[in-house]
Amino acid sequence: MPDQAPRPGAPPTTGPLMFSFVVRRILLVIPTFIAIAFLTFVAIRLVPGDPIEVRTGERGISPERLAYFRHELGLDQPVWKQFLDYLWQLAHGDFGTSLSTHAPVLTEFTTLFPATLELALSAMIFAVVLGVPAGVIAATRRGTFVDYSLMGVALTGFSMPIFWWGLLLILFFSVTLGWTPVSGRIDLLYYFEPTTGFMLIDSWLSGEDGAFASAVSHLILPTVVLGTIPLATIARMTRSTMLEVLGEDYVRTARAKGLSPFRVIGIHALRNALIPVVTVIGLQVGMLMAGAVLTEYIFSWPGIGTWLIESIQRRDYPVLQGGILLVSGIVILINILVDLLYGVLNPRIRHAR
Amino acid sequence: MALLEIEDLTVEFRTASGLFRAVDGVSLSVDAGEILAIVGESGSGKSVAMLAVMGLLPWSAKVSARRLVFDGNDIAHLSARERRRIVGKDMAMIFQEPMSSLNPCFTVGFQIGETLKAHLGLSRSERRARSIELLAAVGIPDPERRLSAFPHQLSGGMSQRVMIAIAIACQPKLIIADEPTTALDVTIQAQILELLIALQRETGMGLVLITHDMGVVAETAQRVSVHYAGQKVEEQAVRDLFADPHHPYTAALLAALPERSTGRHLPSIPGVVPGQFDRPPACLFEPRCRFATARCRDKAPPRQGALAGFALCHYPLTHGRPIGHPNPAGREVAA
Repeated sequence: MPDQAPRPGAPPTTGPLMFSFVVRRILLVIPTFIAIAFLTFVAIRLVPGDPIEVRTGERGISPERLAYFRHELGLDQPVWKQFLDYLWQLAHGDFGTSLSTHAPVLTEFTTLFPATLELALSAMIFAVVLGVPAGVIAATRRGTFVDYSLMGVALTGFSMPIFWWGLLLILFFSVTLGWTPVSGRIDLLYYFEPTTGFMLIDSWLSGEDGAFASAVSHLILPTVVLGTIPLATIARMTRSTMLEVLGEDYVRTARAKGLSPFRVIGIHALRNALIPVVTVIGLQVGMLMAGAVLTEYIFSWPGIGTWLIESIQRRDYPVLQGGILLVSGIVILINILVDLLYGVLNPRIRHAR
Repeated sequence: MALLEIEDLTVEFRTASGLFRAVDGVSLSVDAGEILAIVGESGSGKSVAMLAVMGLLPWSAKVSARRLVFDGNDIAHLSARERRRIVGKDMAMIFQEPMSSLNPCFTVGFQIGETLKAHLGLSRSERRARSIELLAAVGIPDPERRLSAFPHQLSGGMSQRVMIAIAIACQPKLIIADEPTTALDVTIQAQILELLIALQRETGMGLVLITHDMGVVAETAQRVSVHYAGQKVEEQAVRDLFADPHHPYTAALLAALPERSTGRHLPSIPGVVPGQFDRPPACLFEPRCRFATARCRDKAPPRQGALAGFALCHYPLTHGRPIGHPNPAGREVAA
């Protein structure tokens, strides 16, 4: 009900309305979490081979020992009972311990997550900083060579399989030209204790000569690879919303005021065009996490992606289940933040219904 | 010298199916302190002509004119940058849809202040003071609080008042109002018109009022220019136009006024304004004109003199009778 807007003069999107919106969104998260936990729980158990079989490998193990270990891990229970036990455990804030390292899943996650976050943030910044201007330029030069080439490149980028694109870049820039390192987050020469977990910041703080440059050069290719699809999506989205907005009456009003084209397009039109783009950026975060798994694997980036893939190979049930839950939690959190940002950008949005 | 002089203005749009001529050789002039009404049905090119003067047409429009002078500036040949110094400052425009003409993302204060900053370079506090003054001038109650309102919090009439405040912000010499009341409630329409007229009287600026409402014309304008299918078909002082229309189209428009209707049915003009594909070869009004003859179909009509209201017609009317027409009674027997 848009007519329920507050009286003129009252600034929107603050106060109790906002608070209740956030609370409601958080409560809605609980069923989502249970569904995600259930899906991962069942899916990993449908894959042939359990943690014990994977660890014993081809040499095999005596049926008695197998039964013993399964009993140890509770794998001899019916799946529904295992699941309820797992939920009970989660309800107490316990994500379990890794079967291969015996470290708590939550501890492993918090140590590895900054690496993924650093990569994801860097990729997102790359995508927004290039994608929004590209979309704006294409829209204002609609139907010209510039528009067609930008959108052609965007379509190519959007259709590029991540692993192939990553390998191609490594082949060209790392192997042929030798400009960038092949893998990792920083050169093996450097060692310092992590303080923030973000390599760029840590290497800067360490004060070691060349450490920061090394961290940057390690970040470039993974950023490009992970950022390509969001970049293409953002550019195409910005172009189409911009084209729509440029035909609006208020853009004509802005021009009728005698404002510069930069102000008309960059402020009056872009502010409105960005509203749907921000939503898309929010939705991209989920895609970004999926992409991060592949990208990290290609570049041996020690983050959540590599950790999760290894947990699948080891059938490390607690790591996989807990890891995916935590990642989904982050995605949901970012989506809520995006919704809030949406309200900031667009004064018409009211979450009270 | 007139404030705005337009001679032989033509606007063509590049479309997928070739050029479409929206404005066809229109000449107009507006004096300082004068109210000129431009009248015509939808599609008669009246808004397009004025948008061309403001330089607000999309890139697909091709504008040409023999002479386009505003306040001593040859605006057809100014650079975009020089033109922007005039547009919004000395020449401002008000649009038909007030609700969608304000940017939904910015406060009223921002949207008024922006013009003041761009043209007058006022400081933040000066802009605030001037904006409050402007909102009060256009009759918005509690102007100080409205500065922080967003457009969605305003009614249509309030939005149009804000648009007027933006237009008069830099004390323009000319305001072009493009159907400023069409989208508003009838009661609000009168208020907005009164406001515009009052502001015009106070400041002595020129006012071009684009409308299709003959009632509005009668109440406000001093001079009227009637447009049809991109052409100016007649121009007269308002009193003379209502007393003695010279072009058959003007006569038909006046006859269509409900106040003048005598029978049980409201009179109307049959047919519609010709578009890109059904443009008649000679007189554009010929298919709908009750006086049309073979000559009207074959030969473009001449421009009559001032006494005949500059009518674009072979047989201009005088007191309802077509001069020089083979059969003054009407179309039925005309071959």
